[in-house]
Amino acid sequence: MSDNTQKSQPIEVRFRGGGFAPKSPRWVGFSVFVVLIAAIEIGTQSGFISSLTLPKPSDVLAAFGELWEAGLLFKHLAPSLSRLAIGGAIGASVGIAVGVMIGLFSYVRAGLVPLVAAIFPIPKIALLPLFVIWFGIDEASKYALIAFGTFTPTVVATYGAVDNVDRSLIRMGQSFGLSWFSIVRKIVLPGAMPGILSGLRISLAIAIILLVAAEMLGAEYGIGAYILQAGSLYDLERLFAGVVILSLLGVILSTIIGLVEKRLLAWRS
Amino acid sequence: MDIRLDAISHAYGETEVLRDISLEIPTGRIVCLVGPSGCGKSTLLRLIGGLERATQGRVLQLGTPPADCLNPLTYIFQDFALLPWRSVRGNVSLVLEDHGIRGARADAIIDDVLARTKLSDFSSALPRQLSGGMKQRVAIARALSVNPAVMLMDEPLSALDSQTRELLMDDLVALWTRQPFTAVYVTHNLAEAVRLGHRIVVLSRRPGEIRELVEIDKPLGERGYGDSDLEAIQKHLWDLMREEARAADEELLDV
Repeated sequence: MSDNTQKSQPIEVRFRGGGFAPKSPRWVGFSVFVVLIAAIEIGTQSGFISSLTLPKPSDVLAAFGELWEAGLLFKHLAPSLSRLAIGGAIGASVGIAVGVMIGLFSYVRAGLVPLVAAIFPIPKIALLPLFVIWFGIDEASKYALIAFGTFTPTVVATYGAVDNVDRSLIRMGQSFGLSWFSIVRKIVLPGAMPGILSGLRISLAIAIILLVAAEMLGAEYGIGAYILQAGSLYDLERLFAGVVILSLLGVILSTIIGLVEKRLLAWRS
Repeated sequence: MDIRLDAISHAYGETEVLRDISLEIPTGRIVCLVGPSGCGKSTLLRLIGGLERATQGRVLQLGTPPADCLNPLTYIFQDFALLPWRSVRGNVSLVLEDHGIRGARADAIIDDVLARTKLSDFSSALPRQLSGGMKQRVAIARALSVNPAVMLMDEPLSALDSQTRELLMDDLVALWTRQPFTAVYVTHNLAEAVRLGHRIVVLSRRPGEIRELVEIDKPLGERGYGDSDLEAIQKHLWDLMREEARAADEELLDV
């Protein structure tokens, strides 16, 4: 048997260790967009896709151009961005503060975790009428809706991140006699930062969804109002132009968080 | 400053971990705690430094620590416990900042301890860029920076490969020879114990009790890798522990 194997032709060992390590090559994501839009354009031009099903991408672009030329783009974009910024900032900062407190204090944790669990699944849009009664029909109710919507996911992500901070680092801080405040500021918060930032990614996407919902219910200007107007006229080109703006907004926000992560979390990787 | 353990017993719920431990830790000497895994030697170390409270008995400081001592009881951990977001320098300065030592005074201390641990060239490196041995040297530098009266070392070399361990042992001996420090050194590695310990405390398996105290008079500087008299002591220690270690290995963990 052994003689036999020695004499037979050597066989190269088959490589079987590949795969399971996805990378994202550049431009692939971009090409998917280009191919998809080109396919829709060709389909709508040739009549294969009826104009009632989908608007022509070129017409959407034209609607976008009109918006730009009429100077309405910034008239709609500016109030939307300020609502997003103010509401999101309030929700995220209160959320991070409450999340850190839940992560640090037993009574706050015992008292607030069930409450957060109870308000997390409420569709915040359903509460808009309530916010209108509380804060009036103006900007304040929109800020409140967006803040409330970003608050809950931020809280959950933050206290999870604080729980995950390496306890041995906290013991180390205590063993060197660091003050409680120093341990929180220099060990707990930086250690929780990765989890807080990935929570913010989700919270800010939710903020965009709620922004549109708030504007649909009562706003003269804003991306949401623009989409609502277009939708009620079945003006699909303008509706899609509005949707594209929202998508771009999401991509930009996610890129910004990516840059912040790169800067603040350079110590990882 | 000496440390005295006065009849320490400790239990986690129903599980008795340590039983009636009384021990003196004299100034300027290294006391090694050895014993089979799960005998409570790391718990004892946490009790000595005040990170845990003993169920019974007391840990006493005899005398006052020197005036320039910022943190009398200072740990060195097995997993290094370095902040990954701070550079080598930042990790050392972390423990000085709370004592109000900043700027030029802090720089002087940091430069001194980094030089003593041969890390001067790496002061701006992040922990993830360092090898295990270097990380532990940063932790040692951090401990030295607060001028501890007693160093509490919890298996400081156990996470390192054997060559790095030898090198770091030499470094520790050199540090001690230059300026003798008091230390409690927990290890499961008997070779480390006979190289670094002036007094070796052998603990039994759980509940940990003191089985034997072994004194080694040979000066640290004269001990070397594979000395025959040290080997003999090491063999004696192993004979004491062999059966216990086997029994400890076969215990279920959660009973």
